[in-house]
Amino acid sequence: MSDTTTKKIEFSPEAKALVEKYISKFPEGKHKSAIISILHLAQAEFNGWLSPEVMDYVAEILNIKPIEVYEVATFYSQYYLKPQGKYVLEVCRTGPCCLRGAEDIIEYTCKKLGIKEGETTPDGMFTVKGVECLAACGEAPMMQVGLDYHVDLTHEKIDSLLDKFKLENKVSRAYP
Amino acid sequence: MADKVKILTQHVNVPGIETFEVYRKHGGYASVEKALKTMAPDDVTEEVKKSGLRGRGGAGFPTGMKWSFVDKKSGKPRYLVCNGDESEPGTFKDRYLMSKLPHLLVEGMITSSFAIGANLSYIYIRGEMMYVVRIIQKAIDEARAAGFLGKNILGTGYDLDLHVTCGAGAYICGEETALIESLEGKRGNPRIKPPFPAIAGLYGNPTVVNNVESIASVPYIVNNGGDEYAKIGVGRSTGTKLISASGHIKNPGVYEIELGLPVDEFLNSPEYLGGSWKSDKKIKAIIAGGSSVPILPLELFLKNAAGEGRLMTYESLSDGGFATGTMLGSGGFFAMDEDTCIVKNTWNLSRFYHHESCGQCSPCREGTGWLEKVLHAIESGHGKQSDIDLLVDIAKKIEGNTICPLGDAAAWPVGSAIRHFRHEFEWHIANPKLAAQPGAVYRA
Repeated sequence: MSDTTTKKIEFSPEAKALVEKYISKFPEGKHKSAIISILHLAQAEFNGWLSPEVMDYVAEILNIKPIEVYEVATFYSQYYLKPQGKYVLEVCRTGPCCLRGAEDIIEYTCKKLGIKEGETTPDGMFTVKGVECLAACGEAPMMQVGLDYHVDLTHEKIDSLLDKFKLENKVSRAYP
Repeated sequence: MADKVKILTQHVNVPGIETFEVYRKHGGYASVEKALKTMAPDDVTEEVKKSGLRGRGGAGFPTGMKWSFVDKKSGKPRYLVCNGDESEPGTFKDRYLMSKLPHLLVEGMITSSFAIGANLSYIYIRGEMMYVVRIIQKAIDEARAAGFLGKNILGTGYDLDLHVTCGAGAYICGEETALIESLEGKRGNPRIKPPFPAIAGLYGNPTVVNNVESIASVPYIVNNGGDEYAKIGVGRSTGTKLISASGHIKNPGVYEIELGLPVDEFLNSPEYLGGSWKSDKKIKAIIAGGSSVPILPLELFLKNAAGEGRLMTYESLSDGGFATGTMLGSGGFFAMDEDTCIVKNTWNLSRFYHHESCGQCSPCREGTGWLEKVLHAIESGHGKQSDIDLLVDIAKKIEGNTICPLGDAAAWPVGSAIRHFRHEFEWHIANPKLAAQPGAVYRA
């Protein structure tokens, strides 16, 4: 799935402009503050996950030690340290969502894709994850895929979303 | 209540209200004009103090007082940081406010930044809500283009740069010092206080961190005066509060209520939550202020131990302390019907806290894992009667023994579930095979 070992890792010109924009939000010398946004962007640009090579590249851009990037990348749940499906279906499983059928949605989706929760389909299209509260409890059950919240989920909605994603067929990751 | 007071969401359904133009037409940014042109920064703080506004993120600390602590003498740059890391299970009012009324937050940020003397401010939004980050970015860009941000705002000589930035998935970053660490580009480990952010916050400089809803309340206070705001509500619970309601109720959603609304009316009136989601299922338990606050059986939620009807206020919900009361918290309200297994729900929440513990303090790092494991054992039919007291013991050992309140937040749901629903835990342990079946629930 990843071609990062063979190809030189470098942001596209558009992504480079975004990196500059992120850095410009912080005072002179405080560019490390932009790391959270840059890692989101890196994930979107480089195959949907953060390989050690990608993290080293981010360290180089920010002129900080690679360990400073690893520290951050390993702390936050939205950074993936292993390859994931093009579409990561993050279904909220906490309290209120659980009261309104989150477990059934996870089970249905996994069964339909022939995988267990946390796994990726063999074709690399989908990963299903149970995640913690996404602040959409009033529209439970719900899931996040990339930038989008999909709410009031039913089996039918899952069916049509999966069809839609298969048709689109692109790496879905959100960045600011 | 016939006349409903709405000071945050009165224009929420106006088409195009998320744009600068429409927001401005409906009186938007008046507080910026009033404050910058006719008031001194300390006067703004004084009005907020008079309003009695209390932090809407959950802790309820008086906002004006928090502002007055900010170090204005050292000459260091001061920052205002808006906490949009809304992650407390059951809470989704800030996401609602930011996505529907982005300019209300931007306006509040400008007026509030002026009050504390900040020339650089941030809105930090949890990374999962990336679409909201983009909505806020657009609002900031529009406000800047209209001359409400940048250098010499409205010709008053006041400069402010306001930026939106994001997290990347960490409940702990809702704790203000963890949020500051994250904003500095680090792991979200809470800092030991003191020093408080008002003295040494972002980049070591004086910083005020306020919740989205708190900041969004400031325009009304400045436009109408703190005294007018204080007339809304009851006693020390002034103003309105956004309540996000979910779970087994008929009408989930975000409600702006005047503090002091009777809880019975809020829960059962068709104008509000409309009671249980199913006519043949009674509501059994309520978590009134986000998953961290003590769970209450319906009866104790509706009436305090003395049999008096409770009100939606900080004081009334906490009447009776933790023995018989709870907290208003973040306003993350969720109801559970008679088919809900309290053991399972408690296990589910303990899994959340275990997942979200930053790992810095051992009582929380280890204790949340133990709570989850023991609760899961009981839930899946492998519990012992002694486990119940073990859970109480673990919770007590976490509580008060950690740098930040996540430890308390993990302990309270477990302690309160056992306090009020001990019989459900005992039933699970006495009937392991039955209890382990999907959907199994204790019946009286």
